[in-house]
Amino acid sequence: MQESERQLREVAEKLLTEKKVDVIIGYEKGTLPLRARPAFIREPDEAKRLVWNSRCENNLCFYLRTVKEKVGIVAKGCDTRSMVGLIKERQIQRENVFIIGVPCPGIIDRKKIEEILDGGELWEGVESDSQIVLKGEGFEEKVDKDKLLHDACRSCKHKNPVLYDTLIGKEISEPKIDEYSDVEGFSSKPDNERWTYFNEETGRCIRCYACRNACPACYCPQCFVDQSLPTWFGRTPHLSDTLIFHIIRTLHTAGRCVDCGACSRVCPMNVELRMLNKKTEKDVKELYGYEAGTDLEELPPMATFKIDDPQEFIK
Amino acid sequence: MKEKIIRKERLGRWLEDLRKEYEIWAPVKKNRLVFFHPTESAKEIYFDFLNTKKTPKDLFFPQSEVLFSFRRGEIEKETHSVLEKPRIIFAIRPCDAKSLALLDEVFDSEDYQDPYYVERRKGTLLLGMACTQPKTTCFCTSVRGGPFEKTCLDLLMVDFGDERYFVEAVTQAGKDLMGKDDPFEDAQEGDREKLAKIKKEAEEKIKSKVVIEGLEEKLDKIFDSPLWDRVHQRCLGCAICTYLCSTCHCFALLDEKVDSRGQRVRSWDSCMFPGFTLEASGHNPRISNKERMRQRVMHKFNYFVKNFGQTACVGCGRCIQNCPVNIDIREIIEEIKNE
Repeated sequence: MQESERQLREVAEKLLTEKKVDVIIGYEKGTLPLRARPAFIREPDEAKRLVWNSRCENNLCFYLRTVKEKVGIVAKGCDTRSMVGLIKERQIQRENVFIIGVPCPGIIDRKKIEEILDGGELWEGVESDSQIVLKGEGFEEKVDKDKLLHDACRSCKHKNPVLYDTLIGKEISEPKIDEYSDVEGFSSKPDNERWTYFNEETGRCIRCYACRNACPACYCPQCFVDQSLPTWFGRTPHLSDTLIFHIIRTLHTAGRCVDCGACSRVCPMNVELRMLNKKTEKDVKELYGYEAGTDLEELPPMATFKIDDPQEFIK
Repeated sequence: MKEKIIRKERLGRWLEDLRKEYEIWAPVKKNRLVFFHPTESAKEIYFDFLNTKKTPKDLFFPQSEVLFSFRRGEIEKETHSVLEKPRIIFAIRPCDAKSLALLDEVFDSEDYQDPYYVERRKGTLLLGMACTQPKTTCFCTSVRGGPFEKTCLDLLMVDFGDERYFVEAVTQAGKDLMGKDDPFEDAQEGDREKLAKIKKEAEEKIKSKVVIEGLEEKLDKIFDSPLWDRVHQRCLGCAICTYLCSTCHCFALLDEKVDSRGQRVRSWDSCMFPGFTLEASGHNPRISNKERMRQRVMHKFNYFVKNFGQTACVGCGRCIQNCPVNIDIREIIEEIKNE
C-alpha cells in the first residue's frame, strides 16, 4: 500500500505539473485516528498530502457534480463502477475526468471498530498489511484487517477499477465468492422477521439524508423528499415517512446501485439497508441479465427492451 | 447547597423513589448506540458512556411535532405539549445541559416564549453526570463550559470511581430530589479534596482547544473571503452536523393533510439543506454548500453572539465525530483565525 501511495502522489504531481487536470480529488489524512478524508489538490507540491489506505472510505463521485474544473479523481473498483453509471446517464463526460484507478483490497468499517471499542474512544490506530492495532485509554488490541472490512467489500467482485486512465499498482485477483449468500439467507427468513428488521433499521433514521448525499446515483437536482409543492412526504422521523423514503430511494437506484457501501458508511445511526439494495441488485441481474457499472455500452435495463430478457415475472 | 454521597448500589433505590413522581430518561444502549430513553428500572441504564449519540435536545424541541390541527379554516385543536408526568433526565452531560441555556435564549426569551418548549423545560429536571472521561474531540473548556459545568443542572453527580457518586444540589429542586437522606450519606473526610482532584484531572484531559476570542469580530470581516470556497469543498450537504448538534435549532413549518384535516407540523430544518431559506419566488440566497456552511459557522460564532452574547457551541464534538467526510470545526476556527 505504501508503494501505491508513492505512485499515486507521483502521478498526481505529474498531472498537475503538466496541467492535464486542474484538481486532483483524492484522500488525505483526517483529523481523527484511522480516518482518511476527501482532499482537493490543486498545486503539484501538495500532491504529497495524498494517501491511499484501507480508510479511504468515501465514494468521491459526489464531487464530480460539484467541482467544475477538469478533474483527476482517485477511484476504487466500486467508484469506477459508479462513474460508468454517471457517464451512461450523461451526468459526467468521460473526457472531462482523468481516472486514477486503484485496485482495492477492501475498506475497513468504522462501525466494526466501534463495536470492538464497545463505547470506548479510539486514540490511535496503526495499520499494517494485514492487521490494525487499536489503542485507547487503557487498552491496545490487534485486529485482523479482514475482520474489519465493510460488508460491501466482503461481497465485492470488482476490486479492480473497471475504467481508468492510469492504474496505480498491480491488479489484484478477484475473489470467487457467492456475493448473494447473505441476501439469500436473509430472504429465507419469515416475513415478520424481515419486516421487523427493516422497521428497526429505518426506525433509527433521523432523516439527515447523508445516505442520499453520499450516494453517487442520487443526483436529482431536486430530491422528492425536498419538494414542498406538492409535499410528497412528511418531514417527520416517524416510521411511515422514513420507511417510505428508504424504499423509494432503493427503487430509484435499482439497476444503478453498485453496492459501494457509501450509504451505510456515512449513516450516523447505523441504519443498515444493504440487504434491500443487494436484493434489488440481484433481482435486476436475474430479471434483465444486467449488472450496473460494468459496461459503458450496454443500455440501462429500464431504458431498453430486450426480447431475450429472462422475464420470469411474466407468466 | 447540599452535598452528599450515594453508593452505586443504592442508586437504583433512589431512582425507584423518584420514579413514583417522575418519568426517568437515562442513557440506554441499543444497537451499539447510546440514547436517552425512558427507563423502567435502573438496570436499563448504561453508565459506561462517553456521551450519547443524539443530544437530549429533542426532549424539549422534538424533531417533529404537531402544533395544531385545522379543518375548513378553523383551528380544531391546539396541541400544547403538557407533559403527562414531570421528567428527570438522568446523567445528562454538562455540555448538553449547557446547550439548553442557549436554546432558552431562543425559545424562552422576554420577547418570545415558545409554549411547547417552555412547558417541557419547566416539567423537566436535569441530573448531570460530570465528565470524568472527556473525548479527544471535546472542547467545552474553550467555549465557557467544562466537564463539571453546572449551568442548567439541578444536580451534579460525580463518579468517584470507588462505587460512590458525589452528589451536589445546584438548585432547590435538585436539593428536594435528594429528599430524605436515606439512600445518601455524608461526605467523608477527604472527599472534597478527591472531588477537586478528579475535576482537575478531567479538565486536563481536554486537550482540544479552540480560540473563540476575537472570532466574532473576525467573522464580521470575512463574509466574502475565499476561505469559504476552501472549507466547504468536502461537505456533502447532509444534516448530520446540525441534527446531532445540541444547539442547532432551526425549524420548518409545514401543513400536512391527514384525512380531511390539516395539521401544522414543526420539524427540524438544517441550514445544510437546499430548501433552507428557499424563498417562494424560487430565489435562494444560500444557493450552494458554500453559503450554507458559512451560514452554519456564522450563526454559531457570530450572529448568535451578537444576539445573545455567547457562542452557540458547547464543544461536545459530535459534529466532528460524526461528519462522514471528517469536516472538523476546530480546524475551520483555526483557519478563520489565520485568514
